[in-house]
Amino acid sequence: MAKTAFTLAGLTLKNRVLVASGTYGYGDDTLDLADPAKLGGIVTKSLSMKPRAGNPPPRIVETSSGMLNSIGLANIGVMKFIEEKLPVLRGLSTAIIANIAASSIDEYCQVLEVLNEQEGVDGFEINVSCPNVREGGLNFGTSCPMVSEITARLRKLTRKPLIIKLTPNVTHISEFARAAQDAGADAVSVINTLIGMAINIHTRRPMLATTTGGLSGPAIKPVALAKVYEASRAVKIPVIGIGGIMNANDAIEFLIAGASAVQVGTANFVDPAAGIKIAEGMNTFCDENRIEDIGSLVGSLVTTGNVSVVDSWL
Amino acid sequence: MITQELSPVTGVRQLADTVFVCSVRSPRIASEVKPGQFVNILIEQTTDPLLRRPFSVYRVDGDRIEIIFNVVGRGTALMSHKGPGDTLDILGPLGVPYSFLDESFSTALLVAGGLGVAPMPLSTGFLKSRGKKVVTFLGARTASAVLPHHLENLQVATDDGTMGFRGNVVELLGSVWKSHTYVKPKIFACGPTAMLRGLAAFAVKQDIPCEVSLEGPMACGIGICQGCPVELVGEEKKFALMCKDGPTFDVRKIRF
Ligand SMILES: Cc1cc2nc3c(=O)[nH]c(=O)nc-3n(C[C@H](O)[C@H](O)[C@H](O)COP(=O)(O)OP(=O)(O)OC[C@H]3O[C@@H](n4cnc5c(N)ncnc54)[C@H](O)[C@@H]3O)c2cc1C
Ligand SMILES: Cc1cc2nc3c(=O)[nH]c(=O)nc-3n(C[C@H](O)[C@H](O)[C@H](O)COP(=O)(O)O)c2cc1C
Ligand code: FES
Repeated sequence: MAKTAFTLAGLTLKNRVLVASGTYGYGDDTLDLADPAKLGGIVTKSLSMKPRAGNPPPRIVETSSGMLNSIGLANIGVMKFIEEKLPVLRGLSTAIIANIAASSIDEYCQVLEVLNEQEGVDGFEINVSCPNVREGGLNFGTSCPMVSEITARLRKLTRKPLIIKLTPNVTHISEFARAAQDAGADAVSVINTLIGMAINIHTRRPMLATTTGGLSGPAIKPVALAKVYEASRAVKIPVIGIGGIMNANDAIEFLIAGASAVQVGTANFVDPAAGIKIAEGMNTFCDENRIEDIGSLVGSLVTTGNVSVVDSWL
Repeated sequence: MITQELSPVTGVRQLADTVFVCSVRSPRIASEVKPGQFVNILIEQTTDPLLRRPFSVYRVDGDRIEIIFNVVGRGTALMSHKGPGDTLDILGPLGVPYSFLDESFSTALLVAGGLGVAPMPLSTGFLKSRGKKVVTFLGARTASAVLPHHLENLQVATDDGTMGFRGNVVELLGSVWKSHTYVKPKIFACGPTAMLRGLAAFAVKQDIPCEVSLEGPMACGIGICQGCPVELVGEEKKFALMCKDGPTFDVRKIRF
């Protein structure tokens, strides 16, 4: 069997498949359905300092090979997470990455500091795709200086793996990946959801209460792959590929494009065991193709003779 | 316990114009499901449609469960063409059942509009086996859309008056309410949201306990996406989840 383990800033993951933030709850709702020990890791729902109720319904709508969501970072808050969820998560033999969302840099720092002391939190993923209240609702993630500042401030507070999750809703994601790397991030996650919209033509109302939402699922996979390719060529730190991964072949495409690991999101709603099946399928692919280390696939894209549109940006 | 069962289809039969009943062999779900709970069905292994579709459990027969459904879109159209030889990937049983074990009532008034009849046959069997009296109020557009099977003490309302009371099912209940005295009644309802709102207003006004089963968009059906909020009245946590905390709710606890 191929070598599957992957080490990220000192944290060893069993395999290169994690479940994505917001698509697996806090990891405790699916224990009857899928064995988390077979996953590389679980990324928690985004946690903020105080609980957040989230947006009014309707929050989700299915679109062509995808879905839009406007959950609004509904979460139980970091304290309740520590009291109620973390004790369960500690017992699971898989890596736990706490995802943090906040509306100010100070709040990011507070949440990380609280979690950093907790046994069982193995690393952090920072969701920078939330509105910055101080800057008048502008997303942190669409400003390079902000991404630098958040990363630098958080880097000082933790020695655990620090992953910055980037939004695709920018012109050149490579600039943001570089900003995160230069400010001390251990990895970047690429991508969060794309802004999208759906309309009921009979009522002429948007299908989501918030008018627009985040698009995810197979529909975004080609976009995600291009973003992973672009980001991975710009930085030396690992890129974690996310976006529309439904099966092992999709995941392998991401590795070839330059991702060192992947996260599975929307697929969990279709099959709570999707991540496990993908990890197993990747092993089968390696065995069938006599690949001894899955890592050898990373960035192995063959482009001889091709002209890359992405290169003109770098 | 929630299970994921690859369930062989044993048959799909047409009950009315666009209404079908699908039976599948799902021994684990069949043995655990309680009335008011639902299942989330992956109808096709495609990316379009992508997500599972939620359905109430209509009946249980040995190791089989039955789903009654209306063809309203692509998923339900695909399901209407299933037959022996096909399998459905089913997650269930999901959600909180109707609180039929509640000792405070002795007459269950089952109120259903349209396909809201779906959870009622299973409910009826369960209630009768526990010695509760059951009276059923069923509303439909027209006589041909009335689905009167496996129900008790049935009273029907149709919008066009082609069968039973002319009007909606809440008006029917209102008209019957004046002349009947039910012993320790409690309403359990399912149907379109507009009907449930009217019913909730009636129940609150008449001071009758009332539980409704809500319907709305769902992705996961198991509480991991946060996609199905239901607003809570006067609670700190503003939303409950329809899939995990519902779909059955006491009307006095929610705003819908
Ligand atoms: C807890 C729960 C239990 C349910 N139980 C049942 C049941 O027992 N039987 C049943 O038939 N349905 C039931 N539903 C509704 C059912 O899930 C939907 O009808 C189904 O998902 C539609 O899938 P589709 O792919 O056919 O339609 P889509 O392609 O998803 O939708 C097509 C069109 O139909 C509309 N639509 C979606 N749902 C409904 C609806 N319920 N009524 C009318 N139009 C709709 C959509 O807005 C859209 O315009 C239940 C829903 C929930 C949440
Ligand atoms: C319902 C839903 C909720 C999500 N919540 C979060 C979240 O809280 N924090 C976050 O960083 N990403 C969140 N995401 C984004 C996913 O983690 C992932 O980046 C995105 O969905 C793309 O991957 P996918 O196509 O595999 O779903 C959410 C996605 C969905 C569909
Ligand atoms: S449908 Fe996903 S949480 Fe309810």
